[in-house]
Amino acid sequence: MDWIDFLIVVLRVVVVFALLLLVTIINVWAERKVVADFQNRIGPERAGPFGMLQTVADGLKLFFKESIIPARSEVGMFLLAPFLAVIPAFLIFLNIPFGRPITIGDRVIPLQGMDVDVGLLIVLAMSSMAVYAVVIAGWSSGSKYPLLGGVRATAQAISYEAAMGLAMVAVVLFSATQAADAPGGTLSLAELVERQSGTWAGIIPRWNLIPQIVAFVIFFIAAIAETNRAPFDLVEAEQELVGGYFTEYSGMRFAMFFLAEYINIFSMSALTATLFLGGWNGPTWDGVLPVWLSALLPFVWFMIKTYVLVFIFFWIRATLPRLRYDQLMALGWKRLIPGALGWLMLTAVVLGYRRFGLPWS
Amino acid sequence: MALVDYLPFVVMLVLAAGFVAVSLVASRFARPSNPTPEKLAPYECGITSEVEPTQRFPVKFYLVAMLFVIFDVEIVFLFAWASIFNELAWYGIAAAGIFTLFVLETLVYVWKRGALDWNVKTRSRYAREHFRIEEAA
Amino acid sequence: MAEVIIFGLMALPALAGGVTVVLARNPVYGAMGLLGSMLALGVLYVAQLAHFIAAIHVVVYAGAVMTLFLFVIMLIGVDRADDQNERLPRQRQLVILGVLGIVATAFAVAFSGRFSWVIAATGERIPQATNGTTVALARVLFSDWVLAFEATALLLTIGSAGAIALASRRGKPVDLPIDPEVTS
Repeated sequence: MDWIDFLIVVLRVVVVFALLLLVTIINVWAERKVVADFQNRIGPERAGPFGMLQTVADGLKLFFKESIIPARSEVGMFLLAPFLAVIPAFLIFLNIPFGRPITIGDRVIPLQGMDVDVGLLIVLAMSSMAVYAVVIAGWSSGSKYPLLGGVRATAQAISYEAAMGLAMVAVVLFSATQAADAPGGTLSLAELVERQSGTWAGIIPRWNLIPQIVAFVIFFIAAIAETNRAPFDLVEAEQELVGGYFTEYSGMRFAMFFLAEYINIFSMSALTATLFLGGWNGPTWDGVLPVWLSALLPFVWFMIKTYVLVFIFFWIRATLPRLRYDQLMALGWKRLIPGALGWLMLTAVVLGYRRFGLPWS
Repeated sequence: MALVDYLPFVVMLVLAAGFVAVSLVASRFARPSNPTPEKLAPYECGITSEVEPTQRFPVKFYLVAMLFVIFDVEIVFLFAWASIFNELAWYGIAAAGIFTLFVLETLVYVWKRGALDWNVKTRSRYAREHFRIEEAA
Repeated sequence: MAEVIIFGLMALPALAGGVTVVLARNPVYGAMGLLGSMLALGVLYVAQLAHFIAAIHVVVYAGAVMTLFLFVIMLIGVDRADDQNERLPRQRQLVILGVLGIVATAFAVAFSGRFSWVIAATGERIPQATNGTTVALARVLFSDWVLAFEATALLLTIGSAGAIALASRRGKPVDLPIDPEVTS
């Protein structure tokens, strides 16, 4: 590894970092516009063309706002919580491949922050680290609404993380039969995308979506719950808990939680697209189109798929009312988790029959 | 696989932490700081806060965390199984199936005992008649 | 070489986390110290090229088990948890004895030069497969240790039965002063 390799690594990380900040600016604005359209309002329109600079204006405003440290707070933990929220958010997306590897000279550069063979587990690990930001922010504020919100949010996050993990296992299991020579499924996200390339019968893309439709539904519901979005946003139910765990945060510290939430929405959509919608797979017309366009197209496909899912996030928020807490826990533990377990075993038996025949033959 | 593959992780860790630190510190020079006792008091909707924040929580949160540990362990083992699914064939499916049955049994047990019911009214009749989960430790 | 540097860099926070657990007055700070210690251990696993172990260490221990700890701390109440009473008879003497024992063992190991009897002697090292250690670990788990694997599930069942037994008690439903809508 020479200094050029090192530079490429740094460049890849910086690209991921910049991409996440850029899409956050766009997504906050897009959500307000989309929800405004759903509700027959206009939404932001003053700052910049179509109000597109609204997020930047909001960010600047928060930058100049006083950031209060409440008298009753545990100062050390109170200051630590924004870091705990933002860092895992960035590290989750780092694992997701957002384009086909490009070749420059004799170097193959993967368009992915980090490609390791346990990528999926690292995603799972980082999303369980994100829980600590919530519980620490809630506890350290020394105030009752954040404390209640924090504990609620943690219970919610861990409940749905179990369902999400089981859906992931089903996908990994299915990927086992998508490669001829592999010993089994793969935990590398790049490899998972690779195994979804091509088509069935010439027209149907080999995405995991169709054979793993149940896992997709469970995973996406769990993804919405993980990011504390409506209809699972009881964590910040204004009517009962004010702002939830970040009630006592203001100014730039509040902005950090906000940033983490929107990065997580994008990351979860991107992860869903990677696991179920074939990631960056799509027609590239190599040889027909100019080389640079063929290299760019996978990234475009990836962004289109991700944004369809991001739009569904907004759509659901504009449509569904909030769940009650007992309904939330019942949905997670009594529907999604048994459902995911059942689907997993069904997948295993069907795959086993198709690949190995009957067990007694 | 080599250690070097984890370099992006370290770079991103430094970058993200640096980003948060720099924006918070930079904001410190730009923003006003004018704390008053009222401003620093815990948030309450316009009135003086009278109730201390709760220090104890329903025991069900503990049960949920306990169940989560169980399912996390299950998920981790199943990932290992999935990664050599083709080699193990039906033997692996049987092994994972037995494991899953045990975990499912746990879930059914906890469910029937009413630990997953957060609403007393929707608790199963069996759980309602025979057991109760303490609301606080 | 990189391994040695990483060990040096990570052993310090791991130890510091451990010391925090012992010294922190506030149990939540202690829990965060333990979390930091576990994350540092995760990095050490990566330095040993045990990617799968590192990942599940963070997922299960730093993720799930530490959340359980935090909930227990909050369940008991943060202020009550720092009970300073010594419950065991001769607690201090026993601790000193234990520490002396550990130090003596460490010295014995360091001067005998025979590390093999502390480093597990349970067989060959798992070869560094190109496809990481997940496959290698799974092969061992589902061949030699499949009984232990199934027993783990049984153990988890027993654990949850214990948790339920601690949390609930047999009896008629009482008029609980609970809001039927929100129970938190």
